[in-house]
Amino acid sequence: MAVKVISPGLSTTVQDLGRPGYYHLGIPLSGGMDRFALRVANMLVGNDEGAAVLEAVFMGPELEFTAPAWVAVTGGDLPPKLNGDERAGWEAFPVKAGDRLSFGFLKSGARAYIAISGGIDVPLKLGSRSTYTLGALGGHEGRALKAGDELPVGAGSAGKGSVPAALRRMPGNPAELRMLPGLYWHRITAEAGKRFFADTWKVAPEADRIGYRFRGGTALEFVPREQPFGAGSNPSNIVDACYPYGSIQVPGGTEPIVLHRDAVSGGGYMMLGCVISADMDLIGQLQPHAPARFVEVSMEQALAARHDRQAALQRVRHHLGK
Amino acid sequence: MSIRFSFGGDEHIFGEVSEAMSLEAFFTSLSMTNAVRAAGIKGVTEICPANASFQVKFDPDVIKPDDLLKELQGMEVAAAQSDASLKTRIIEIPVFYQDPWTHETLMRFRERHQDPTKTDLEYAAEINGLGTVENFIKAHSSQPWFVSMVGFVAGLPFLYQMVERERQLQVPKYLRPRTDTPKLTVGHGGCFSCIYSVRGAGGYQMFGITPMPIYDPNQQVSYLRDEMCLFRPGDIVKWKPIGRDEYDAAIEAVEQNRFEPVIRPATFSLSEFNKDMAGTNAKLMEALNGR
Repeated sequence: MAVKVISPGLSTTVQDLGRPGYYHLGIPLSGGMDRFALRVANMLVGNDEGAAVLEAVFMGPELEFTAPAWVAVTGGDLPPKLNGDERAGWEAFPVKAGDRLSFGFLKSGARAYIAISGGIDVPLKLGSRSTYTLGALGGHEGRALKAGDELPVGAGSAGKGSVPAALRRMPGNPAELRMLPGLYWHRITAEAGKRFFADTWKVAPEADRIGYRFRGGTALEFVPREQPFGAGSNPSNIVDACYPYGSIQVPGGTEPIVLHRDAVSGGGYMMLGCVISADMDLIGQLQPHAPARFVEVSMEQALAARHDRQAALQRVRHHLGK
Repeated sequence: MSIRFSFGGDEHIFGEVSEAMSLEAFFTSLSMTNAVRAAGIKGVTEICPANASFQVKFDPDVIKPDDLLKELQGMEVAAAQSDASLKTRIIEIPVFYQDPWTHETLMRFRERHQDPTKTDLEYAAEINGLGTVENFIKAHSSQPWFVSMVGFVAGLPFLYQMVERERQLQVPKYLRPRTDTPKLTVGHGGCFSCIYSVRGAGGYQMFGITPMPIYDPNQQVSYLRDEMCLFRPGDIVKWKPIGRDEYDAAIEAVEQNRFEPVIRPATFSLSEFNKDMAGTNAKLMEALNGR
């Protein structure tokens, strides 16, 4: 079984849950930006939750199937069409050999997850099928899909069911991104810290799998210091350090960048802390210009939110009889 | 020095050994990460040493953040006292300084530079008081460099110059990062040099380019079959200035997969280095050149 790529969309990549264990070499986690939606797409078509799927951003691909399979599309509202007829998102449907899957215009969110029963069966690279395009690693030839590509699909089972809106997880308007202050938070003044949380930011056009840039808030004021040796002369510079997944760096103190699944693993800009693990999926569903606020939480609240997200996934499993 | 610990969200602990860069801070960071690895703590998923800090990623469903923090704090005294020495390698990296490809790129991004009237090398030579580009290249390539971090992108080494602090070359990063840097560019920002392992964005000044691959996701390059990234923290690098002819010959060898990098075993002791930098570096050169 295979899937032929008739047209690739804007940037469609093969992703699974990611490639942990190589961050110390600069090889990022990769994997779906909205792993909640990725897991649910796999559940709907009877796959392991971590099977490889297609992640399409803003615009869907057009695909042709060479054999029967089950398909489900989750994530942002990018309406799937089978042979031109619109189908529901977050619902499993069967396809036949020769059927074509295409997509309407994106209505909300940013990324759709297209799961096919059996999973996309590209070779494992360092334990994952995820695409890291900057490093030309994994996925299909280490890159986003192109017209004419043919992707192998594994042997699958039957899909089943749908997931109602109440069980899905999408960002609000404005999106509220909970963050735990830390790392180099002490480098900014108390007043700057207050404004950072009070301001409503907007997603900048530079928002991709590496990181999401935000603009429209107040520039940070730094606590004065003599810059340490090796750090560089800007007050936002530090001696190059590791950047955690989810960390919020602010080059020049002006536009915060939240690093995501294809994060650069380190560099010389101070970070204010990290968006908590539970809210990283939400960032993956933000379009450019979407408003967002950062909300301060404690470690206890971060862990509680993490459990809430796990419980939400558990509710979906339960709903689908898993 | 006492390590400043901070949580990075609910999945990371960040440890800053020192705000300023030094090899002492690097070795403490390396000892800490080695100790964390050796401890085999359940729930730890990534252990990343950096120049003067480190990061541990963990699964808080397996180990509570505060419990892991206590474990790390318990390792601090031993790490600070551990012997700062390494069995390592010295690697010769051929560099074509003032090459046409980084020159073309830097000309495209002049408006993001501190001094648009000069090339990156001319600017670096001037602000380091070295007068000419030739003097700067000599200062950059005559003594070895220490790989104090790997990251940013896959396999990119950060290199720290093995000379007295007052002789270390320092150049600020571009005012605004470029959106393009040729693959295998030798760059410099702050006190660090680097080799851009892949093409992409970058803020370091561009000095030249090496023909020698340092990252191969397909694991076809003869010396990258087992590990797709060449560099490890603790490696030592010696730049070897080459001209266009040597560069072209090396590229041809790379294309035919018969390029043989010069990599030799070496030992490094921080206390010996601090006592006698010139002597230590001379011994490293002997190890490299087999004399």
